[in-house]
Amino acid sequence: MSDNNARDPDGGERSVKLACEAVWKVFGPGAEAFLAEHGGQVGDELLASAGLIGAVRDASLDVYEGEIFVIMGLSGSGKSTLVRCMSRLIEPTAGRVVFEGQDLLAASEKEMIEIRRHRMGMVFQHFALLPHLTVLGNVAFPLEVQGVGRAAREKRALEVIELVGLQGREAYYPRELSGGQQQRVGIARSLAVEPEIWFLDEPFSALDPLIRREMQDEFLRLQNVLHKTIVFITHDFDEAIRLADRIAIMNDGRIIQIGTPEDLVVNPATDYVAEFTHDVPRAKVLTAGSVMTAVDGVASQAMADVAGRVTADTRIEALAAEVVNADKPFLVIGANGQTLGLLTREAVLAVLVGGNRVR
Amino acid sequence: MSQAATGVAPALAWRSPWLAAWALMLAATLGLWLGKDLWPWVVKYPRGWVVPLKGWIGDFMKWLINDFDLGLFTFKEFTRGIAWVLEWPQWLAKGLLAKGFKIPTGEDAFWLTPTLSWLGLVVVLSLLAYRIKDRTLALLIGFCFLYLAVFGQWDSAMITLSSIMVAVPLGVAGGLALGIQGYRSPRFERAITPVLDLMQTVPVFAYLVPILFLFGFGPVAAMIATMIYATPPMVRVTLLALKTVPEEIKEFGRMAGCSRRQMTWKVLVPAARPTLMVGVNQVIMLSLNMVIIASMIGAGGLGHDVLASLRRLAIGEGLEAGIAITLLAIALDRLSQAFAVTSPAGRHGQEGKGFVARHPYLIFALAVLLGATLLGLVVPGLRDYPEAGQVTTGPFWNDLVRWININFFDQFEAVKTFLLLNLMIPFKRFLLQMPWTAVVAIVALAGLQLGGWRLALLTACLVAFIALTGNWEKAMITVYLCGISVVFASLIGTPIGIWAARNDRVHKVVQVAIDTIQTLPSFVYLMPVVMLFRVGDFSAMIAVIAYAIPPSVRYTDHGIRKIPPALIEAARTSGCTRRQVLWKVQLPLALPEIMLGVNQTIMFALSMLVITALVGTRDLGQEVYIALTKADTGRGIVAGVCVAFIAITADRLIGAWARRRKQQLGLE
Ligand SMILES: Nc1ncnc2c1ncn2[C@@H]1O[C@H](COP(=O)(O)OP(=O)(O)OP(=O)(O)O)[C@@H](O)[C@H]1O
Ligand SMILES: [Mg+2]
Repeated sequence: MSDNNARDPDGGERSVKLACEAVWKVFGPGAEAFLAEHGGQVGDELLASAGLIGAVRDASLDVYEGEIFVIMGLSGSGKSTLVRCMSRLIEPTAGRVVFEGQDLLAASEKEMIEIRRHRMGMVFQHFALLPHLTVLGNVAFPLEVQGVGRAAREKRALEVIELVGLQGREAYYPRELSGGQQQRVGIARSLAVEPEIWFLDEPFSALDPLIRREMQDEFLRLQNVLHKTIVFITHDFDEAIRLADRIAIMNDGRIIQIGTPEDLVVNPATDYVAEFTHDVPRAKVLTAGSVMTAVDGVASQAMADVAGRVTADTRIEALAAEVVNADKPFLVIGANGQTLGLLTREAVLAVLVGGNRVR
Repeated sequence: MSQAATGVAPALAWRSPWLAAWALMLAATLGLWLGKDLWPWVVKYPRGWVVPLKGWIGDFMKWLINDFDLGLFTFKEFTRGIAWVLEWPQWLAKGLLAKGFKIPTGEDAFWLTPTLSWLGLVVVLSLLAYRIKDRTLALLIGFCFLYLAVFGQWDSAMITLSSIMVAVPLGVAGGLALGIQGYRSPRFERAITPVLDLMQTVPVFAYLVPILFLFGFGPVAAMIATMIYATPPMVRVTLLALKTVPEEIKEFGRMAGCSRRQMTWKVLVPAARPTLMVGVNQVIMLSLNMVIIASMIGAGGLGHDVLASLRRLAIGEGLEAGIAITLLAIALDRLSQAFAVTSPAGRHGQEGKGFVARHPYLIFALAVLLGATLLGLVVPGLRDYPEAGQVTTGPFWNDLVRWININFFDQFEAVKTFLLLNLMIPFKRFLLQMPWTAVVAIVALAGLQLGGWRLALLTACLVAFIALTGNWEKAMITVYLCGISVVFASLIGTPIGIWAARNDRVHKVVQVAIDTIQTLPSFVYLMPVVMLFRVGDFSAMIAVIAYAIPPSVRYTDHGIRKIPPALIEAARTSGCTRRQVLWKVQLPLALPEIMLGVNQTIMFALSMLVITALVGTRDLGQEVYIALTKADTGRGIVAGVCVAFIAITADRLIGAWARRRKQQLGLE
């Protein structure tokens, strides 16, 4: 379970696929002028008093090539607005959106159409399938729009339909499918054009919990094959930690904190973040590296007397049974095999039992 | 205001200035009326002040037709050119269904191709109904078209059907195009909205004359009038349908990289299809509603038959042709509704097959139609329904009416006289004596209270226009007839609606009943009424009431059913009886919706009222009708616009009230 996200080790050089720089989206008349006048330093009261709604405020983030970047926050915190600013479905009021070094906000309408046609894909919360087209027609639609011939686009569509496990249902209409199947169609459709960046706006929120879990597994399986750069929106923290390489937490339009699931649990930046992470089972988030006793604190003879070795990025959940049942501690090693510290039975038990008092 | 007064009830304090204003208004009205000898002009709009608008319009029309030159050709040549273009599809449809095509075989000789076989058409249409819905619909369609054949209405019905077949696609396409344009450009939408309002409220009679001048007497002019009448709902439905396509689907379209055209035709229009079909259905129904009026400027067909019988007072024949129109309307209505809800499905695993294998029904239907038509060359009974098999009930109806009139004349007469003397005439007198200035002021005050100064200004101007153009008295007669009919229609319709809302069985029956009643062309209401009560205000009132009841029933039923069940449960648990629930919860909450029903009732009543001019009223409708018979463009248009302004005034005032009330109740 723990290794299905294929995490990059910290410090590795990763190129930025998409960057938001101080992006604002303010709804309401005269928003642009208002923001320009106040130079981007607008407080909540000021906005409210002008009758404006600050859906996204001063959001900056980098999405790295090949990672699953999850944006999460409560309903109305501006997640959907932010992700739509990234693809310019919504025109940001201020700031910059840079996609592979290109400033999207400076792109012409035509360039945007080209970028969206070939390099971006999006999955919607309520599926947004076209009711008059079959599964095949829906999946082939983005290619049809590009002007790909019927035979070629249907061949490609059949490939992705098979990829999401819907073979045999090509001729069904959306309303003849269950919610989970409809979202599979939505996923297949967004993958048909082989996008470089893949936006998913609460793709599983409309599904019931069992199906949701199944779809999450399916999603991780797909990502293992495809290695897309992904921006994934959710308001469900469990979903976030299952899927995310990194998570951005939003509140009232602002990004409060960006970090790995573990960062957020271990070092919540604010009470708001702590509140979110409060109920998370620690064992699912914490890794051996963050629970171990570091090398310098341990006598060297203790290092020799160990039950086995684990890598620092293994999650406690995955090794708990082993460590708890062993009578000796485990050695924690880094990516290059260097010794980092010792993982004791007591430390693991503390994680399993003690909830919040990890540190 | 004293401290105590404001402290006790803020609501009262808010209301009392209005109360005072209305009291003042009452006093002023009375004062104006008493002072009518001092300043006669405040009571009766002086004839000398009338703006000769109708003259101007008439002159403009003359200029347009006789002198306006577009350079290469004149305006009249231009409109006649349009008529010429529109003639072709009509010629084609009529040739197929009704008249056949003349194929010259030599000097002065020609061979007339056969029209499509009646039996073939009946079978094919039933088959179509079976394909898109079920056996019941197939039987209904079969029955409707068999009626046309058996009762000898086939030829007229095919003429009517052929003009519908041309007018509807054109109307739908035009409405769709305007709607799409309006969706893309809010400016355009704002510009066409008032035009649509006018098109839907100006009575048809008013624009028949200018159309006649521009396009000439004949089926094409009739078709253009039909399109003007039937297109506005399609525009509105298109706008609504496109706006209500889920935001996510629009976003998906953009993310897929659709161009504007792809967005419209590949995403928006298909996704909005179910709603758009409602518009198509509306266009069909309104086109059929126009059949009789259109026959006044040369449409021919069933409408012509009805009108001719109505003029001869040949009730039986008129009724049969009227029923034929109704059945045609019902058949097309049910067919188009069935189309709206079916969507392609259940054809899994057919992709690889050929055209024939995929469309067995289509092939079979075409074969039947063609076979029957060709066979008709040898067997005349297949081509035209044999005369020997025709039935007519005309004499029966004529006898029935005679019998009723002989045996119940006194009773009918007594009811009529009683209502006329005690209700209608006094009310009419009262309205006619109201000072016109006071009416303008009252309407303005109502507008001010309900919607603010803009509404006040609008309604005052609309009402003042009626006085300015010299139509005041006739307008007051319209208001009197309309008002009394609406009161009766609401008194009958609302209780039925309440009953239907509280009882599911009744609801079902009532739904079917009003759906059917609403497919009747308005002229059909006139016939039995004239048979029984002869011409005059009373007949007009009865016909209008009958026509205007359905919206009142529908809105009441809908309004009560729409109330959140939680509220009803809350009332029940706090111990309300069923009666208390009705009076204390359901009715107050449904009142805004019921008032919208009244609003619709007014609209229906006004449109029917114009038609009742045929049975001899003296209102604006008569003015429009006289203008039609005299071919007086200006007079007809001005009177027609006056009717529209009455309708718009009522609509805006009631609409503003209902909106405010709904907001207060937290229903919006
Ligand atoms: N078109 C708009 N006009 C005005 N306000 C808007 C508009 N779109 C969104 N908002 C406001 O912006 C804020 C953020 O909305 P957004 O849809 O981005 O939230 P979200 O985090 O996606 O919520 P959810 O989880 O419910 O989808 C909300 O307060 C919303 O009311
Ligand atoms: Mg959202």
